[in-house]
Amino acid sequence: MMASSYNAKEEDGHLSGTPGPGVVGADTSKKPDNTAFKQQRLPAWQPILTAGTVLPAFFAIGVIFIPIGIGLYVTSNNIREFEIDYTGLEASSPCFNCSQSYSWNNTKPCTCSVSFTLDQAFEGNVFMYYGLSNFYQNHRRYVKSRDDRQLNGDTSALKDPSKECEPYRKNVKPIAPCGAIANSLFNDTLALYISSNGTQIEIPLSKKGIAWWTDKHVKFRNPGGNNSNLAPVFKDTTKPVNWAKPVYELDTDPENNGFINEDFIVWMRTAALPTFRKLYRIIQKKGMTPTLPRGNYTLLITYNYPVHSFEGRKRMILSTISWMGGKNPFLGIAYITVGSVCFFLGVVLFIIHHKYGNRGNSSDIPS
Amino acid sequence: MTFCAKDTWIEEERHVKANDRDYNDKFLYAANHIKTSKYNIFTFLPINLFEQFQRVANAYFLFLLILQLIPQISSLSWFTTIVPLALVLAVTAVKDATDDYFRHKSDLQVNTRHSELLIRGRLESEKWMNVRVGDLIKLENNQFVAADILLLSSSEPYGLCYIETAELDGETNLKVRQALTVTSELGADITGLAEFDGEVVCEPPNNRLDRFTGTLFWKDNKYPLDNDKMLLRGCVLRNTEWCFGMVIFAGLQTKLMQNCGKTKFKRTSIDRLMNTLVLWIFGFLTCMGIILAVGNTIWEERVGRMFRVYLRWDEVLSSSVFSGFLTFWSYVIILNTVVPISLYVSVEVIRLGHSYFINWDRRMYYGRRDTPAEARTTTLNEELGQVEYVFSDKTGTLTQNIMAFNKCSIDGKTYGEVFDEFGHKVEITEKTPCVDFSFNPLRDRRFRFHDGSLAEAVKLGEPTAHEFFRLLALCHTVMPEEKSEGDLLYQAQSPDEGALVTAARNFGFVFRARTPETITVYEMGTPVTYQLLAILDFNNVRKRMSVIVRTPEGRLKLYSKGADTIIFDRLDPSNEELMYTTSEHLNEFAGEGLRTLALAYKDLDEDLFEEWMKKLHFASTVLDNREDILAALYEEIERDLMLLGATAIEDKLQEGVSETIACLTLANIKIWVLTGDKLETAMNIGYSCNMLRDDMNEVFIISGHTAQEVQQQLRGARERIVGPRSEVPNGATDAEKADRNRKDSVFEETFTAEYALIVNGHSLAHALEAHTEAVLLDTACLCKTVICCRVTPLQKAQVVELVKRRRGVVTLAIGDGANDVSMIKTAHIGVGISGQEGMQAVLASDYSFAQFRYLQRLLLVHGRWSYFRMCNFLCYFFYKNFAFTLVHFWFGFFCGFSAQTVYDQWFITLFNIVYTSLPVLAMGLFDKDVNEQNSLRHPKLYEPGQLNLLFNKRQFFLCTLQGVYTSFALFFIPYGAFWHAVRDDGSHISDQQSFAVTIATSLVIVVSVQIGLDTHSWTVVNHFYIWGSVAVYFAITFAMHCDGIFSIFPSHFSFVGTARNSLTQKSVWLVILLTTVVCVVPVVAVRFLRADLYPTHADKVRRLQQASRRQRPQEQSLKRVRRTSSRRSAYAAHQEGYGELITSGRNMKPGRPVSAPPAGHGASWIESLLRKRSDGAIGVATETQGARAAGPRSHSAGAEGTGQSKRQQSRD
Repeated sequence: MMASSYNAKEEDGHLSGTPGPGVVGADTSKKPDNTAFKQQRLPAWQPILTAGTVLPAFFAIGVIFIPIGIGLYVTSNNIREFEIDYTGLEASSPCFNCSQSYSWNNTKPCTCSVSFTLDQAFEGNVFMYYGLSNFYQNHRRYVKSRDDRQLNGDTSALKDPSKECEPYRKNVKPIAPCGAIANSLFNDTLALYISSNGTQIEIPLSKKGIAWWTDKHVKFRNPGGNNSNLAPVFKDTTKPVNWAKPVYELDTDPENNGFINEDFIVWMRTAALPTFRKLYRIIQKKGMTPTLPRGNYTLLITYNYPVHSFEGRKRMILSTISWMGGKNPFLGIAYITVGSVCFFLGVVLFIIHHKYGNRGNSSDIPS
Repeated sequence: MTFCAKDTWIEEERHVKANDRDYNDKFLYAANHIKTSKYNIFTFLPINLFEQFQRVANAYFLFLLILQLIPQISSLSWFTTIVPLALVLAVTAVKDATDDYFRHKSDLQVNTRHSELLIRGRLESEKWMNVRVGDLIKLENNQFVAADILLLSSSEPYGLCYIETAELDGETNLKVRQALTVTSELGADITGLAEFDGEVVCEPPNNRLDRFTGTLFWKDNKYPLDNDKMLLRGCVLRNTEWCFGMVIFAGLQTKLMQNCGKTKFKRTSIDRLMNTLVLWIFGFLTCMGIILAVGNTIWEERVGRMFRVYLRWDEVLSSSVFSGFLTFWSYVIILNTVVPISLYVSVEVIRLGHSYFINWDRRMYYGRRDTPAEARTTTLNEELGQVEYVFSDKTGTLTQNIMAFNKCSIDGKTYGEVFDEFGHKVEITEKTPCVDFSFNPLRDRRFRFHDGSLAEAVKLGEPTAHEFFRLLALCHTVMPEEKSEGDLLYQAQSPDEGALVTAARNFGFVFRARTPETITVYEMGTPVTYQLLAILDFNNVRKRMSVIVRTPEGRLKLYSKGADTIIFDRLDPSNEELMYTTSEHLNEFAGEGLRTLALAYKDLDEDLFEEWMKKLHFASTVLDNREDILAALYEEIERDLMLLGATAIEDKLQEGVSETIACLTLANIKIWVLTGDKLETAMNIGYSCNMLRDDMNEVFIISGHTAQEVQQQLRGARERIVGPRSEVPNGATDAEKADRNRKDSVFEETFTAEYALIVNGHSLAHALEAHTEAVLLDTACLCKTVICCRVTPLQKAQVVELVKRRRGVVTLAIGDGANDVSMIKTAHIGVGISGQEGMQAVLASDYSFAQFRYLQRLLLVHGRWSYFRMCNFLCYFFYKNFAFTLVHFWFGFFCGFSAQTVYDQWFITLFNIVYTSLPVLAMGLFDKDVNEQNSLRHPKLYEPGQLNLLFNKRQFFLCTLQGVYTSFALFFIPYGAFWHAVRDDGSHISDQQSFAVTIATSLVIVVSVQIGLDTHSWTVVNHFYIWGSVAVYFAITFAMHCDGIFSIFPSHFSFVGTARNSLTQKSVWLVILLTTVVCVVPVVAVRFLRADLYPTHADKVRRLQQASRRQRPQEQSLKRVRRTSSRRSAYAAHQEGYGELITSGRNMKPGRPVSAPPAGHGASWIESLLRKRSDGAIGVATETQGARAAGPRSHSAGAEGTGQSKRQQSRD
């Protein structure tokens, strides 16, 4: 995008001439070396912002960005997404009772169900997310309140968790997993039913593959290696305060239990912003039929997770996926805007340049 | 003689006893050991660290480090600060250590010079550092004087000894020192000297070079001591085989060291600006901290309080206000990178690099002396690009201090020009063939003369030519020294005389030997001995000298040489025509900046002379008014002279001086010459290097003797330039009013007019007084050229200080001698001319090179580049760090103002020192907007530096604004994109770590693109560093996010896998691309518009350079303009008094044919010599006296004169 040229190596004039008679010999002379580097004569490319380079660049950006933006926008629009808020703070909400009567020590789970209709069929794999709002997973004290060594299966950290976990470090016995993040693990259970001819058929939800491979296999490891019986390993620890069950009872599948439980891992990957969604389950597509056909659905919620105290919201999102991820209108619009602005700027600069510009004449330099 | 130990600290009087160390030790006088180094091996670490932490920046980072150790506050790990801090401390320490090592080395070199000391009655060679006050020391010819010593005796008769004080005051002529008669009788008698137990009581150490008062108590007698008995450290003994002296001041208490003053740490204006800006930034930081802290308090109150179900407060966190307070400090830690610690290191590194480029520059290397340029201070480079005032010494700086016999006019015909076969004048260069003097076995081989016709004339026996050179061979006070047969060495008191006698020698009139009463000259090979009857010596009033000799044939002749006006007034009327011709020639010579003298002779009548001689003898015995009587007598005989011709001596300018001055003037740099030399000499040089020209509107000469006079003269000059703006000073005469009327017409052309101001030493002393200095400065700044002459070293410093303080501009002082040290140290930048014998100036200087002309390159090329680079560097650096850091500010609004960092801690640690440091360093080191040829060809390019355009508060504001914008885009574009973003496999990506990696990657790319835009010339190094940095970023990021390093340090590398998972996503790259474009496009648009609509001079030259880069650059040649008229005729640095010394024979070495000096004459002679010298020091020649001497001339043409001119015409 710039005018370019390589400078010819300039000639080194010998102003000072040859060494005088006083100089003993070449090797004892203090004459600096005649290298391009030391004489600052390194050949150089000297770009200059000229109309010939800048204006085409602007047009090029416009021409490239607008199609990308349109592509992104269309792709984003083609993605099916359904979102439902089940916080239940409004009296009309089915989950109102649950949200009001909640306490951490409840032994009897509170359940509620929300019905909804999908107007369009969801093709391909459908991803079920839970979304939280106003939840500051990115708060400094929250973010640091974990012990990666403990989560990586370090037995010494299991017995003596990092101080960063305070005040969720010890409850008489060391807490495993320690820290505020683990303690606040999202523990609502969501189940999806499709109403088909008046009967509710449960849609199978896969909980495998919701976490990053690296998290599941590298970052998180159970102490004691592949021991399928985790209870003895964790025997000197206690569960986090808010949890109903200890960590080794998160799942029955040994591949998804303890620290390597995927729901747990997903939660432990803290969100960047206070409104976020996390992958909960995957609805695998099967055969040629749409994964989620049009129709009426019911979401059955085991309501365990209180958010009303800090005005948080809970949502369930169903979404399909494209090459660029989920529904994301921002990027497409941004690309279209930036592309247009560049193009427009190109036009404006072109006009300014031709009306008032200094068209590269430099004859007015006094020398 | 009670002397308390306490008093030694406030020494009021110094008591020194010779040969009595025990006695002298009581006073704790400084030893002769000189220590300029700061550390030794053991004290280095503690002292250096202590010094380093005294710097605000380092202390600040230490404070941050401590903050980070408090867990409630720590928002970043300790390593983010300690790694850069350790790096900074280490780099600085290494640099300090190296500097100190070289100081140790130079100290050691000086301290281990050897001198012979008289210890326990024996002479022993001792190191200088072991010399103590009260010791007796023996000095030999050409040795440096080791300390300030009292001269006791010398090899020369009457305890005389000669010294060269170039190191001290820059004067290269020899000076005489004389021991007390009582002590000089000790001679070289070791036992006598060993028993010498005189006690000196004198003034305490001070820095006055020209004054010393003390008393010697010896053998119950008191002898007054003054400066004429002192040999100061730094002088060199000349023409004296040996001398003995007693050490009075040693080491740091010597006058030389006292004069050196304290080395002030020089800071550049950019440094100061940077400090101000850093303070601003701290203020800005505090503001942001407060905003975020308040935000935190509100958030904790409204949200955090509720959120406590999931995030309990720490025990120490008692209230939301306290939380806000802690958050403030947390944010101070996070946001501290707006003032990155690496800024200071990088600036130092860049300056160091620029210094090396100066050291390496072959075009500032002087082959003849094998001296490369040297940047002795590595912290001032960019200030070289901002210089507005240059203060230059004359001797040895502008001139080579070599006088060369260049031209002459003999009997109305000029010699010295070379013509080609067509009769055109040929410019004389190094290659012009020289006259072959091989016919003369006694010639000086170094003498060069280009005009063969003069030698021909001499060979043909032209009588006037012979008489001309005979005069030159006879009329002088030079002492010959003939080490072996034919190997003549002249010891001249002034270089002019030496040049004239040498010229005569080469043309066949070899001055070979002198006794008090004879002069032996080999005239064309035959020895002729003249009887020397009288020397009518030079002084500043007479401005001439004459000798009266008796030729072997018995004729009496008076030979006279002197300033043309003086000689012309005393010519025989018959000379008128010749006088006019010669006068024209003199004008021509003077027009070329040559120093001229007129020569004349007279045949004396025997009887008249006898009578005159009697009067002279009588006069020399008179005590009162002797000077005046002698002057009148001289006047009486120096009449009716016959003009022989004139000589023109070139005070050889250094190569390229006038071109350099012209070029620097074009660059709007004002050059003031401050010289210790005489007015005439200074003006001469002013003319020859084109600072003074005859087409100047007016040259003001300020030579008042009282403060009022000076003030009036200055006001007058100022009024003549700008018109009578201020009120008319009291006592304005009619003549002045008339002047003013005339000048009104001149007023119009004031701005194009050129004026020059010349101030002499006495006037300068008055002009520098507090209430006059403003007038001086105002007037001086209106003038194109300012020359101050007869300036003392202190005054030089005062002038520089005045301009520095009052004008607030960058000053540069350049000089070669010890007398320039004060000025070199005072100016913002001091430049020493190296390669000469004296090293004082170089040692005190910040830059040194061998030739004045390199100044042009130093300023216009190196200075300009340094300034340009440093400014660009700073702009970019501030931009970069604002862009980097302020992302945290924006993020604060979305993370509950909790001081959570956006980036990985490792990224924060490495961003400034690894990912972005090298490209910007490469730019700071290698970037050039225009190449060196164009820098020199367009001196106007230098002006942005003087006006401080490239980096100032406005520029700073603009680049921080750009940084703020960039940080905004960097945060909010990913923010918008990550609102819902998920990966293409459905799993989440809007997690904090992916967000961090996305923003970090965008940031690195954006700042790399920006450095690309800021880099004007991409060398291999730039390419390597810019591409390399981006590559290194990715390499390190992937490495730190890899499994292996996590499994080793799980708690420090928690970003495992993030790079892999996020940077493989197309959407992430789309975000990065978008961010980059959004950040860069406005910058490109603005820059393009600015260059297109309002191109700077540099922009134009850049385009020109690009357009014509294939053409061979033609060298610009600044023609040296010859000026005409205005004659200045003078001796260079002549000191009176030698004539008498010679005729008395006192300086003749024993063993030579010396007739016995008249007894009883000695003491009175010395007294008169001393008296004369002290007179000379006060009553310097002034122009008024010269003018007074120029009386009415007689205009009748003499027969001889016409005859001569006719002969000349026929010869032509």
